[in-house]
Amino acid sequence: MSEPLLRVEAVSKRFGGLLAVDAASLVVEAGGITGLIGPNGAGKTTLFTLVSGFEKPTTGRILFKGRDVGALAPHERAALGVARTFQIVQPFAGLSVRENIAVGAHLRHPRRDDALGKAEAVAERVGLADRLDAPASGLTVVGRKRLELARALATEPELLLLDEVLAGLNPSEVRDIVPIIRDLRHSGVTILMVEHVMQAVMSLCDTVYVLAQGRMIAEGPPAAVTRDPAVIEAYLGHGAAARLAAREAAHG
Amino acid sequence: MFSPDIVIAAVLNGLLTGAVYALVSVALTLVYGVLHIINFAHGAILTAAMFAAFFAHQAGIDPLLSVLFIAPAFFALGYAVQRWIIGPASHGDDRNILLVTLGLSIVIENVLLAAFRSDTRSIDVPYGFSVVDLGFVFLPMPRVIAFGVTCVVAALLWALLTRTDTGKAIRAVAKEKLGASLVGIDVTHIYAVTFGIGAACLAVAACVLLPSYYVNPRVGTAYVLVAFTVVVLGGMGSVPGAMIGGLLIGVVESLSGLYFGESLGQLGIFLIFILVLLVRPTGLFGARA
Amino acid sequence: MTGPVNTSPRTSLLAAYGPILAVALVLALLPLATTANTVLNAMVLALLIALAGQGWNILGGYGGQFSFGHAVFFGTGAYAVALLQSRLGLNAYLAFGAAVAIGAAVGAAIGFLSFRSGLRGSYFALVTLAFAEVFRIVANASPWTGGASGALIKLDMRPENFQFASRATFFWIALALVTAALVATRMMERSRFGAYLVAIRENEDAAKALGVNTFRVKLQAITASAAVTAAAGAFYAQYFLFVDANIAFGTWISVEALLVPIVGGLGTVFGPLIGALALHGLAEATKALAGRLPGADLALYGALLVLAIAFAPNGVQGLFNRLKGGFSTRRAA
Repeated sequence: MSEPLLRVEAVSKRFGGLLAVDAASLVVEAGGITGLIGPNGAGKTTLFTLVSGFEKPTTGRILFKGRDVGALAPHERAALGVARTFQIVQPFAGLSVRENIAVGAHLRHPRRDDALGKAEAVAERVGLADRLDAPASGLTVVGRKRLELARALATEPELLLLDEVLAGLNPSEVRDIVPIIRDLRHSGVTILMVEHVMQAVMSLCDTVYVLAQGRMIAEGPPAAVTRDPAVIEAYLGHGAAARLAAREAAHG
Repeated sequence: MFSPDIVIAAVLNGLLTGAVYALVSVALTLVYGVLHIINFAHGAILTAAMFAAFFAHQAGIDPLLSVLFIAPAFFALGYAVQRWIIGPASHGDDRNILLVTLGLSIVIENVLLAAFRSDTRSIDVPYGFSVVDLGFVFLPMPRVIAFGVTCVVAALLWALLTRTDTGKAIRAVAKEKLGASLVGIDVTHIYAVTFGIGAACLAVAACVLLPSYYVNPRVGTAYVLVAFTVVVLGGMGSVPGAMIGGLLIGVVESLSGLYFGESLGQLGIFLIFILVLLVRPTGLFGARA
Repeated sequence: MTGPVNTSPRTSLLAAYGPILAVALVLALLPLATTANTVLNAMVLALLIALAGQGWNILGGYGGQFSFGHAVFFGTGAYAVALLQSRLGLNAYLAFGAAVAIGAAVGAAIGFLSFRSGLRGSYFALVTLAFAEVFRIVANASPWTGGASGALIKLDMRPENFQFASRATFFWIALALVTAALVATRMMERSRFGAYLVAIRENEDAAKALGVNTFRVKLQAITASAAVTAAAGAFYAQYFLFVDANIAFGTWISVEALLVPIVGGLGTVFGPLIGALALHGLAEATKALAGRLPGADLALYGALLVLAIAFAPNGVQGLFNRLKGGFSTRRAA
């Protein structure tokens, strides 16, 4: 098999006395959607900040298309084709939706008119076409999530890192966004997503990695991973897997 | 080279000056630690307090006595300014707060200039030229008094912050504003109290400075730039850092004045300031962010 | 404080640059209406401040990096133009160009040091303030800059020396400089650089994630900003044929440079010009009313700064637009 798009090799990140990520490894194959799940505080967002370059790993290597990008700044990784969204959305509040997206589009389109044109096309894809001239500060929660997605997409990434784009949305809003993500994959964008909405993870992801207390404890297809006793214990506490199995046996 | 006696005298004099720097800096760092703003009106408030002490002396009250009412008056003034001007005017935006305090400093300084012109005034007190004889060095009495008063204020401040409910509330707000407001602390009130304490400290500094110094509408600027340096050196928001930093800068200034002459002594402070900002903006004693 | 939404998409060249040329043309007629030296002098000063403020506006208004020490660039321009002529015998126009370049270089150096250290907000304001003070103390003490007595440009009133008998000529030159700065600012607004700069003001981390080299953009912004403010300083020295440290590197110019865009409209093309005309109009009026009380005009400026932030976060233009918006909504209702 050829070199994967992203390879994270035994990466650790230490903040003072806290080992937030502990020798975690993962592989993202081109063209797929890979999920990264785990209990709160597992280090998922930290791992994202390492892949996107906002923090540098304490040890370990991050390879994008076979190239070690561990020392590159975020904007250099964006130029190579790695885009991210933020869990807490970070709109340019004083700018319009169009101008927000155009900032991303400028990465590949130096001319203002081209960038604004690209922004309109991207807005269409994420369902913001009718809000182009609205100020970003006036968007609803789901609107801001769409904007976060649109700006990242406008950089024309090969790898898109989605940090909980579905968090805080109601079920009908989730149903609106999920097809957009699926559509992105069909257009050739590879996605690595941190997500808590399990239903979306199950339906979208080909492969899921599970991070708990900074360590990668499981990987595989979503259905298999959610049955993994180690994963159940990580979420529900020590002995939970055994109790669940016993209860199932009793009912069955 | 200078004889050891002269160097020791310069160090001691530097410590005496440094104590006043420390007091001015503690006020600045306290406000920064709690409100997370740099109060650019700090120097102007000091100048205003020195004018207050000056006119109290004209009315026959020694600064060491007038401090007893000027300090409370400045507490009230500081409280009011934060609560009813800086707070509402800045809409909670950090950049606005910077500009509002800058605007206030320009207003205070120039109103003083319009009212009292740029004349430099000083006062005569009976102890103005007394000295304390340590055997090998004479120290000017007014500055020894200033040093003593600073120590007393530092002790009072420490007691206030650690022993009283208000002090605990101040520290709570400094650490976690949202959490403090959730447990029922009135953050707006605490902000104003902190600003008031800062102004009161400046009033004390003004009263102990005046007997050995002079006052004109721009006198505060020199002190506030030193205080900025001290606060950055000691770590923004750190009260012990400001105390140590103040003494240190006092000594550095005194020694560089001895070796390089007066006007370049001030230049030394700015160069240290820029260097610290660029190399270690969290301060010599602060943790790396 | 954030600027209003600008850089409206794909506006025509006429819509983008027409208003600038119209304003320039109207102002250019002023010397035909009056020959009173006091009026022209006041106008030259207002334009000078508008230019200095336009420089500040690039970095502060568009980039969100608030400098409290733009006097360092103003003073560098002023001293450079004076010393290059008096010490090195350079032609006045060459000296002017060199002064702008030296100002830009000082801006780049300060920007490199500050932004590489990651200074923002209060820290950036402090470090710029300190740099201005260092330059002031050195200029005031060094014999090369003329020490406390300042530097003179030799009076030799000939056009080839950038010295004119008529105030009107200086007025037109100042107007041309301001117009050039307005056009350059508009071009910046319509460019990728401008979009990146505004993105940094709004959210630096988000800008990084979208591929913006924030360090480089801020460095370019402070360099351009310093060049424009240095041009104002150089013009000042050429106009008065004299500089000293407390004027050139004084707090007053740092304050006015930031005040006029804030009063007129932060991060807008016309903000500094509107602010400068409004402030100087007001200052002249108070002078007429209150006489020449020292400090009265600065006290007024300080109060205006506080009031502008409290009640008109988008400046005079924003206030005007809000009123206009209020009327049109009422009409629609």
